[in-house]
Amino acid sequence: MAFAGFMFYIFAAITVACAVMVVTSRNPVHSVLYLILAFFNAAGLFVLIGAEFLAMILVVVYVGAVAVLFLFVVMMLDVNFVELRKGVRNYVYIGAVIGGILFVELAMVATSWSLGPELASISLGPVVGEVHNTRSIGQVIYTDYIYLFQGAGMILLVAMVGAIVLTHRQRAGVKKQVIRDQVARSSKDEVTLVKVQPGDGA
Amino acid sequence: MEELLSDYFPILVFLGIAIAVSALMIVGSMLVARQHPDSEKLSAYECGFEAFDDARSRFDVRFYLVTLLFIIFDLEVAFLFPWAVALGDIGLFGFWSMVIFLGILTIGFVYEWRKGALEWE
Amino acid sequence: MAEQFANLFEGVWWSSYLAPTILTILLILAITVPILLGVAYLTLAERKVIGWMQYRKGPNVVGPFGLLQPLADGLKLFLKETVVPSGANPVLFLIAPMLTFILALIAWAVIPFDDGWVLADINVGVLYLFAISSLGVYGIIVAGWASNSKYAFLGALRSAAQMVSYEVSIGFVIVSVLLCVGSLNLSDIVKSQAGSGFWNWYFLPMLPMFVVFVISALAETNRAPFDLPEAEAELVSGYNVEYSAMAFALFFLGEYANMILMSAMTSVLFLGGWLPPFDIAPFTWIPGPIWFALKIAFVLFIFLWVRATFPRYRYDQLMRLGWKVFLPLSLFWVVATAGFLVAFDLLPTAAQ
Repeated sequence: MAFAGFMFYIFAAITVACAVMVVTSRNPVHSVLYLILAFFNAAGLFVLIGAEFLAMILVVVYVGAVAVLFLFVVMMLDVNFVELRKGVRNYVYIGAVIGGILFVELAMVATSWSLGPELASISLGPVVGEVHNTRSIGQVIYTDYIYLFQGAGMILLVAMVGAIVLTHRQRAGVKKQVIRDQVARSSKDEVTLVKVQPGDGA
Repeated sequence: MEELLSDYFPILVFLGIAIAVSALMIVGSMLVARQHPDSEKLSAYECGFEAFDDARSRFDVRFYLVTLLFIIFDLEVAFLFPWAVALGDIGLFGFWSMVIFLGILTIGFVYEWRKGALEWE
Repeated sequence: MAEQFANLFEGVWWSSYLAPTILTILLILAITVPILLGVAYLTLAERKVIGWMQYRKGPNVVGPFGLLQPLADGLKLFLKETVVPSGANPVLFLIAPMLTFILALIAWAVIPFDDGWVLADINVGVLYLFAISSLGVYGIIVAGWASNSKYAFLGALRSAAQMVSYEVSIGFVIVSVLLCVGSLNLSDIVKSQAGSGFWNWYFLPMLPMFVVFVISALAETNRAPFDLPEAEAELVSGYNVEYSAMAFALFFLGEYANMILMSAMTSVLFLGGWLPPFDIAPFTWIPGPIWFALKIAFVLFIFLWVRATFPRYRYDQLMRLGWKVFLPLSLFWVVATAGFLVAFDLLPTAAQ
């Protein structure tokens, strides 16, 4: 277990260092790449507490999908980041307030465990035992938490519609291939056989 | 728990070895081979022309749309994994629960289709 | 074996860490070296097979039957100059091929070569593979952006959108197989296909999904007929246009290792992994890893065959196939499989 503790500090240190680099690095593409590295190390932390499924889903969804979009946006939109950074000063205070609130909340969680040890039992950590945690998630998510699950479906639907409304542009005058029409074409309708007499021409 | 972590240990070692091997190959080649850079050789290839401008430019919004839709469907797949594993335990109720979920998303899919968002022009 | 090995170091205080680490490193080398050899000879096999299909000889000068050709190619690439374009971002430019290569290698950690012959027998093996293959896109995007060349950039864009589109149907196909297995462990997936012969493997009951998976694997590895990202006629080989020497070689190795990986995944999911096609005497004498290698070689041959046979897709056709054909088909198949299993009470419920 000593090794697991050692790995915890390595992963945690890299995660925090990457998070700092995300905010401070000058090139926005580097920021996104540091963010990806931070996600990875967070996945490592998940594995350390036995939440294998969450670790893999974190990589699949956040690194494999969400961060790809981030990279696309940052790499290829020529947003003027120097311009964007000018306004940063105005947000410092509100950011500090939000960060402070988050910090206090985290501190409260951490101290409540040491003040009342019996509280630790209600923290829902993954229990590694006979049943794998992918299966144990599956056993509750679709039945006990069905409303939340369907709510997630609704949110995805809204996201889908929103994505299309925001980004879909129909270009005028584009010729499209209609596969159905191509397949439905028959040689009888399109080809005529002409018997050409020699010397007459077509 | 101990056993679970020992399953992941080889992956960590493998990652280390893979990084070492790939770095060694690139650095080794750089050291062994002669390096004679000149400004023409180092310019970006544009079929013999001088590069007109920076290659990193704006591009079609469709690529964003594709990645956005991908995120949504990827989440759908993420929801399907535990369901596929646990379907034997949750039975008919779990099955219909997922069918409703997929039904909601199919509405979105049909909307995409009708709007022409899945077509590449 | 492992215990005897550990005993060698008995009495030394760090033995509890050192022995397993050295053993792991040896095992990793035992996986990596054959894969790299396999990649080298896959390139030769590709040129030979396509050569024969086109009534040519293929490489036949270096060594007997051209057998030393891959080594000559590798040596040549190693001795070339590594050109880093002046407009490029040098660090990211070199990290991109490394990333492709690293991802193609570490995915092999969870592939079972025989019953119990697996480096990391994790419970979520399939998800691990899915995660690794969804990261493959980064090597390409980063290469395209870091090169700062128009061709590389366009190739990277196309490639990213293409890989992402087919990733979804691969996910659905995997889920439909998982429904029959009830576990995410790759060894469990192979074991659930055990029986009297090849008719127990999943490729028969799931034939449409098998076809979808193989075609998606072609698209995912940017192989012909989906090789638009490197279309040599229009994009002068796309995202790797600026690469040379070992940086290019790493891309090449990574891509071919990915092909072998996808074939291995196909054999694990659909072709019964290490299981023999008939569970009777002469077939069971041949050890499992050989069967596994034969199945991989068979799927790889399909990859090469397809390359020699089909013309390249157009981009709108490629997107249509991914989003309008494979996606609805595989989604429907997931629901149909689940419905069938629930209705006839065939679901795997055994506690793992």
